[in-house]
Amino acid sequence: MSAGKEFIKGVYKENPVFRLMLGLCPTLATSSSVNNAVGMGASVIFVLVCSNFIISLINRWVHPKIRIPIFIMIIATFVTIVDLVMAGFFPALHKSLGLFIPLIVVNCIILGRAEAFASKHGSIYSILDGLGMGFGFMLAIVIIATFREILGNGTWLGLSVLGKNYQPALLMILPPGAFLMIGILIGFFNWFEHRRTISRSSQT
Amino acid sequence: MEIQSLLIITISAIFISNFVLSRFLGLCPYIGVSNQLDSAIGMGMAVIFVMSLASVVTWTIYNFFLIPSDSNLLFRIFMHSQGSPPDLSYLRTITFILVIAALVQFVEMVIQKVSPGLYRSLGIYLPLITTNCAVLGVSILNIDSEYNFMQSLINGFASGIGFTLALVLMAGLRERLDFANIPRAMKGAPIAFIMAGCMSLAFMGFSGLKIG
Repeated sequence: MSAGKEFIKGVYKENPVFRLMLGLCPTLATSSSVNNAVGMGASVIFVLVCSNFIISLINRWVHPKIRIPIFIMIIATFVTIVDLVMAGFFPALHKSLGLFIPLIVVNCIILGRAEAFASKHGSIYSILDGLGMGFGFMLAIVIIATFREILGNGTWLGLSVLGKNYQPALLMILPPGAFLMIGILIGFFNWFEHRRTISRSSQT
Repeated sequence: MEIQSLLIITISAIFISNFVLSRFLGLCPYIGVSNQLDSAIGMGMAVIFVMSLASVVTWTIYNFFLIPSDSNLLFRIFMHSQGSPPDLSYLRTITFILVIAALVQFVEMVIQKVSPGLYRSLGIYLPLITTNCAVLGVSILNIDSEYNFMQSLINGFASGIGFTLALVLMAGLRERLDFANIPRAMKGAPIAFIMAGCMSLAFMGFSGLKIG
């Protein structure tokens, strides 16, 4: 296996949100603006890379029967670090993400990667896997937030995009908009993947 | 006064800020287990039980062991000669997730011993609940909203009912959806999300309710 491949697979082929459908709660809850989405994505990348690294290092000494509680402890430690650092340096962001910072602990992406990848591979590959999966998550959440913020508020990252005369569709910022948007996007990616397999099989 | 506030918490946890449809907690089981009505009901019951129990236990631990106050038991028993009580509230996330994981294991063992029939119907859902963010979510929410013991219990119970309500409604809809003619790319999860969006829109109607 090559190092680049481990990184790329998380971004498209095994994208945690659109293809594996993991970590949906923070995706939907924090995608109401691009600012929140970037903050959430960065926190998840940090926790994922650090926990993957530590778990790949200590894995050989962990008894398989108690591995899950130990993984959760490691993840919770890094989440607490993110929580305290964000409260100290970015209080506004910390306030708008609120409940979802401590909830990174139960994000299925992180425990899933620890269990499926980091506990079986070396530390370099585990870091790359964490980076790739983290970027895939961040990309997905930023895509959703882009659509929601532009349609629902007429802005992107706080900058006005659609001009003053645009009547914002408030629905997209509210909870129903998140469900509608992710449904449409997953449908689109399914359709795209289906088209690709058809064209590939007709070529060969 | 107390009864009134409990009623307000119940109504708002079930309808106004429904856990799934407006707070986005517990979405993985919501999409994953809502294929059949039977399993949705089983999962819902397990969640109600664990959420009530977890609210109570985490509230107790937070208020008697972690916060720096005179009711801090660690301080009262071991360190009362040393001046001020220690502030351990930064250990909240780690403590809560460990307590919830241990609690779920314990409940599973107790149910298995006491009532094998109940274990057969609920047992397979219990391990899934540990990583259900709704349980950790309700524990942290109780702390953040500064609820007292009774309010935490009621909030945990009512949030579980709200989760079950959304899950069972969704399962009923999806059983019928199997016969519907929808585009292939939208089958499965995408159409479930769009339906969840419509349900969420319907539940937003409750936010017009003025109580209290």
